[in-house]
Amino acid sequence: MAENGIGASVLRKEDNRFLTGKGNYTDDVNVLGQTHAYFIRSPHAHATIDRIDLSAASCSEGVVAVFTGDDLAADGIGPLICGVNVTSDDGEPHRAPLHPALAQGKVNYVGDHIAVVIAETLVQAKDAAEKVEIDYGVLPAIADTATAADAGQQQIHDVAPGNICYNWPFGDKSAVEETFETAHKISTLELVNNRMVTNPMEPRAALGDYNSGTEEITLHVTTQNPHVHRLVLSAFNQLAPEHKLRVIGPDVGGGFGVKIFVYAEELVVGWACRKVNRPVKWTSDRTEAFMADAHGRDHVAFAEMAMDEQGKFLAMRVNTTANLGAYLSTFSTMVPSYLYAFLLAGQYSTPLIYSEVKAVFTNTAPVDAARGAGRPEATYLLERLVDVCAEDIGLDPAEIRRRNFIPVDAFPYQTPVVQCYDSGDYPAALEKALSLANYDGFSERAKEAKTRGKRRGIGLSSYVEACGIAPSAAVGQLGAGVGLWESAQVRFNPTGNVQVFTGTHSHGQGHETTFAQLITEQLGVPHENIEVIHGDTAKTQFGMGTYGSRSLAVGGVAIAKACEKLIAKGKKIAAHALEAAEGDIEFMEGDFSVAGTDKSMNIAEVAFNAYVPHSYPEGLEPGFDENAFFDPLNFSFPAGTHVCEVEVDPETGEVEIVKYSAVDDFGKLINPMIVEGQVHGGIVHGVGQALLEGCQYDSDGQLITASYMDYAMPRADNVPSFDVDYAPTNPPDNPLGVKGCGEAGAIGAPPAVINAITNALGIKHIDMPATPENVWRAAQSMG
Amino acid sequence: MYNFSFEKVSSVEEAVAAIQKAEDGKFVAGGQTMLPTMKHRLADPSDVIDLSGIESLVDIKVDDECVTIGAMVTHRSVASSPEVLRNIPALAKLAGNIGDPAVRNRGTIGGSIANNDPAADYPAAVIGLGATIKTNKREIFGDDFFTGMFETALEEDELITSISFPKTNVAAYMKFENPASRYAIVGVFLVKLTNSVRIGVTGATACAHRGRRLEEALNDNFSPAAIDPVELPVEEMNSDIHASAEYRAHLVKVMTKRAVEACN
Repeated sequence: MAENGIGASVLRKEDNRFLTGKGNYTDDVNVLGQTHAYFIRSPHAHATIDRIDLSAASCSEGVVAVFTGDDLAADGIGPLICGVNVTSDDGEPHRAPLHPALAQGKVNYVGDHIAVVIAETLVQAKDAAEKVEIDYGVLPAIADTATAADAGQQQIHDVAPGNICYNWPFGDKSAVEETFETAHKISTLELVNNRMVTNPMEPRAALGDYNSGTEEITLHVTTQNPHVHRLVLSAFNQLAPEHKLRVIGPDVGGGFGVKIFVYAEELVVGWACRKVNRPVKWTSDRTEAFMADAHGRDHVAFAEMAMDEQGKFLAMRVNTTANLGAYLSTFSTMVPSYLYAFLLAGQYSTPLIYSEVKAVFTNTAPVDAARGAGRPEATYLLERLVDVCAEDIGLDPAEIRRRNFIPVDAFPYQTPVVQCYDSGDYPAALEKALSLANYDGFSERAKEAKTRGKRRGIGLSSYVEACGIAPSAAVGQLGAGVGLWESAQVRFNPTGNVQVFTGTHSHGQGHETTFAQLITEQLGVPHENIEVIHGDTAKTQFGMGTYGSRSLAVGGVAIAKACEKLIAKGKKIAAHALEAAEGDIEFMEGDFSVAGTDKSMNIAEVAFNAYVPHSYPEGLEPGFDENAFFDPLNFSFPAGTHVCEVEVDPETGEVEIVKYSAVDDFGKLINPMIVEGQVHGGIVHGVGQALLEGCQYDSDGQLITASYMDYAMPRADNVPSFDVDYAPTNPPDNPLGVKGCGEAGAIGAPPAVINAITNALGIKHIDMPATPENVWRAAQSMG
Repeated sequence: MYNFSFEKVSSVEEAVAAIQKAEDGKFVAGGQTMLPTMKHRLADPSDVIDLSGIESLVDIKVDDECVTIGAMVTHRSVASSPEVLRNIPALAKLAGNIGDPAVRNRGTIGGSIANNDPAADYPAAVIGLGATIKTNKREIFGDDFFTGMFETALEEDELITSISFPKTNVAAYMKFENPASRYAIVGVFLVKLTNSVRIGVTGATACAHRGRRLEEALNDNFSPAAIDPVELPVEEMNSDIHASAEYRAHLVKVMTKRAVEACN
């Protein structure tokens, strides 16, 4: 292993600037002549807009302009799009209602964008916004997922009868039905996957700056994928041609999915800066973030498992209603379909699976991908159902998992739901996790807890996810509008240091450190001589960005491939300089050497020769700078078992997580310290969903959890110190042998926590978030 | 935030004079509730009168009977005051668990009591300990001070100058926290006197109140079991997304039991 290469817990390069206040976030960027935008949002969940009077606002002090949806439409801007098709059961594409960036005659959720005020200062913009007069025709609203498609409900969009976006069946329905008819035992479970507000620390922001000389718009924006932003804004929203639009996602303070999407505010700011010929800045406040960021999850589902006498899973049937909110966000349609149903096999060899998904519109904020996106919903449903099966058949939760795991020798394993897992050793992770958690000693601990009036419970979650998103052909076949390859450019400067341009985007993941470790390992360049550059369409080649734990598994491989090209070229240059045959040149730890001799030259010297080619191989291009694109062969399949142990105070319903053990298979670890941090963060995210977080609208569609006073985020004292270990397997479909780790904790944790609570209380089920009152009520009901 | 006139005063008299001449004036102490409210444009005072320059309001004094805390003493100062820790440790503990360090460094006891948030901690202590609130005009007994949700006995131009808490070593504050805000869903401040018990309850109802039914039960039998048969009026309890009225009533009893245990 090279020093600071693969497997080293190198301290993060980026922390020097982040921890000393030198980060450069969108709101830190200020441009001469900058104006400020403030959006007027709907206070109603569902209403017609009967009249807008801008006259008082327009002449309010400091106002530069006030725009409505009519102004955008007049310039041919928008509407916002959804980039993935899902075919409904009638053979038609999913229903896609018009999604104007500023409302056109109707608003469909609280926070929906109606108009924008642009003024010299933010205070002036807010003052003017209060002078905009709007007459609404308030309509009945529907916020509830389960009943949104019921007969007689208020219709939200004309194009979506019954408020249905799509009905999407998948699997062999009749084979599943037949198996259910003859099965020994059927276990059932109805559950809710609670709606979450993602809450990255940095709220969304955008700064548009138009140069009338070059006719170029520069848009600084909180994005996880600058090129995708540019592509969508250009090709679908008609903001500007791609070559006249520069998108910069500078330092971004957390994404978790919510900054993948192209939002109304960004499009409006980009357009308005040209319209008023002044830079325009908008930064979301936290209330706006609660109202208008894309939310996550929000399913209600009914699941059934058919078993034989030994508790072997024979068939599973799932019926899911997924809330997509008022409009379709950028990738929303794929989350409860392809990213959900295709993960329903989990770690088990269940031969038959049938799933029906009904995606519905409601008068709530759009719902889209959030850390895990579909996979946490699938895992929660499956891992909860497995515990119900264990109880019904009389097996220990660990034992029923062992009996149903896909055997180690069955890989590559074709599931009945499209995915073909390339590698995994599920029993190994389970046994290691049970040992880490001292599973066998649990009953003693539970007995001791009882003497203190506490009920102790232990819960397992054996998850698998599909990340490293994604093979372009596969997603294209499914209806995605983009390919999901990744790009890299590795550039040596004449003095031997290296700039790496990646199409992925780092917003907390530590790519600047991890990717540099790849180069150090492969090219032998000292870690401190490598700079990783991302996030600016004018600096980096086209790339697809960061989500779905894809940056290393896809983007890292592109870097490795660019390095291979450099090594191949370097051999030619070294052979010429060392007067040897190219075939005799070996490359190791940064040195090109002639086999069997002590003649060698460092890669930095080779780079210098390539830029000062005074004596150089004939016909070879000068320069030492290679790019590569990589389209993965398959998804990657991280997996693992998490064990959560809780103590419930039956008097108050408080749940304390007393121990949490996670054993994950992420393949090869590049920087174990960063991976462990990702695991910790993911688990906390999952614990937040399980115990604390629950976005609530009332029956009128008013958002009642719109601040941290009411929306509970997890804090350090909500979790114990975690016990983290690994049980890696080598994924043959990934050239680097890596799998991805950013979402795993958020996927694995929720069912582990809830399984521990149901175990503690001896109950079948409790919905998330398991708040003290809900737990107390459950504890009361068991007596 | 809307525009306002700002005045920093250096005496109680100046403060009172300033508010009397203001159209819609507000005193600002630590500003931990008022400033966020103004930032959200939910309050629009014409004048903001800053009390932080009044040196006489930041003392903590002890005599034979009481610990007297100036209205502008921060939560952090109460929590770390040797006088409070020695004479009413339960009060110091309460103050040390309000909000977060930033709130405790800025927020003041006078501001908290005058604001009378139904979920604030100090009102439970004021009632439980039988404190006396001293103003520029008079003395108000703790039981009479909190009159409704965000409402107090204070008049428009009346300013809290200090709060006198009778000393006691046998007291406990038990708080069940809102998981989001960490305010009290229910907080019970129990004081064990020689022959009786005083209880202040916060979070449960429109404003902090005496837990008289609980006191009666404990006056007869100072043990957790004495609380079990007490019936609390569920219909008077607050109800929100974090806790129903029924659950709050239950928590009042559980927190009281735990306070009794802590005092035994």
